[in-house]
Amino acid sequence: MRLLFREALLSFRRAPLLSGLSVTTIAFSLFTLGLFLLVAVNLREALKGLEERVEIVAFVLRGTPPETITLASQDIAAFPEVQAVDYVTEEQALARARKELVEFRDAYRDLSVNPLPASFEIRLKEGYRNAAAAERVAKRLEGFSFVEDIRYGRDWVERLDKLRNLAGIVGLVIGAAFAAVAVVIIGVTIRLTIMQRAREISIMRLVGATNRFIRSPFLLEGALKGLLGGLLSLALCYAGFRLFRDSNLGTLGGLIFFGPDQMAMLVVFGVLLGLFGSLVSVGRHLRKV
Amino acid sequence: MIRFHNVFKSYPNGALALKDVTFHVSKGEFVFLTGHSGAGKSTIMKLLFAEQRPSQGDVRVSGFAVSSISSSDIPRLRRRLGIVFQDFRLLEDRTASENVAFALEVTGARRDTIPARVMRVLTQVGLAAKGRAYPRELSGGEQQRVAIARALVNDPAILLADEPTGNLDERATRGVFQLLREINAGGTVVVMATHDLDLVRQAPYRTIEMRDGGVVYDSAEDEPSEEATS
Repeated sequence: MRLLFREALLSFRRAPLLSGLSVTTIAFSLFTLGLFLLVAVNLREALKGLEERVEIVAFVLRGTPPETITLASQDIAAFPEVQAVDYVTEEQALARARKELVEFRDAYRDLSVNPLPASFEIRLKEGYRNAAAAERVAKRLEGFSFVEDIRYGRDWVERLDKLRNLAGIVGLVIGAAFAAVAVVIIGVTIRLTIMQRAREISIMRLVGATNRFIRSPFLLEGALKGLLGGLLSLALCYAGFRLFRDSNLGTLGGLIFFGPDQMAMLVVFGVLLGLFGSLVSVGRHLRKV
Repeated sequence: MIRFHNVFKSYPNGALALKDVTFHVSKGEFVFLTGHSGAGKSTIMKLLFAEQRPSQGDVRVSGFAVSSISSSDIPRLRRRLGIVFQDFRLLEDRTASENVAFALEVTGARRDTIPARVMRVLTQVGLAAKGRAYPRELSGGEQQRVAIARALVNDPAILLADEPTGNLDERATRGVFQLLREINAGGTVVVMATHDLDLVRQAPYRTIEMRDGGVVYDSAEDEPSEEATS
């Protein structure tokens, strides 16, 4: 085991330039991937903000008795899609209109009769904030005889759906492309290391080293390079993030960085890339000689 | 110890490197393999350490059938052999001791036994004082002695030397050859490929001469009793 570590570390000492190059290459491949992920994470966060605003409003006929309202309120709250139901009385609706619609404040002030209906405002649970679920809930609400009209901004919710799907597909495709490029680049740099040490490998074989013995230090070396590259890419991502956020404080102040899980994932991904790259390169080399 | 029986070796380009080669080497023998370049000496060497497999026929080395050896058995076979080449094949960035120790480390020898075993073989080849020297600081003859020490450190049953004196001047050649003789005197089979006929004439050892992939002369043919297989 000690020999294994010594041999793996020896390659860093013997070929510092090539090792540095490998680590930097891994770091930059992961950096591009990381930047992209950062955009994806923030986009998802922004979409979540939008999703929370998916709301169904059911307007209630004037003169509906309060007991009916209470019962209906309980019924609606029991729908599997529904997170919360608020009943807004006619007076509350008017007060809100006066506050929010400044342009019409004067018009609302002189009213002798309140023209605004009472309503149920229904928010959906996470995972149900899409057009299909909103439609389902709206259909069920239509069944209540005291419901006069239902609004949930169908176009808007459908557009949100499309945006979400598009973001998912684009994310998957670009993410996979970046990952593939990273694997290829890492494979090439490790091949360079192996070619540089081809003589040593041939001597190891001559004196009776098993393939497993020959492979292990290279795998460890690849994993170490992946680890260093992953950490470096994280630092680069953070620097890039800070730079971008600080120069756009006004408009994009709410940007977020990776959580601890996501950071660990990026580093682990680096380690796996390094491991996989060496496995392929060493395997190919050992088969050839 | 070594048995070649009706061995043919052809390469993918159609070239026939060995044609119906048969010979046996018994315990304790010293055998010269001679012939011009391209006569098939190196091919025989490569078959002996399972770098290549015969196209036809049977090759047995120290109990392993090279014709059908599995890739996991190849390291086990090579641990019973010591191999020395014309170009020494030392690792330039390791000292003489480290080069020798390397052969023990890669075969999983116990760490605490390594320094003593390395010292023993370096003393045997006359380089006890140069263990800390890097190959570039040593003469050709000394580098070949380090290579021989590396080949000996695993106590091989057979030492294969492919043109071991090819890159050496006359004095160094004599020294290395003397060393190989001493190793043989200790009971190790030595197979030495060489085209240095002066060297061959110096010693009363068995000589197998190759030409165009076939054996044209085997001095042991006159002494059939020596041909017992092992």
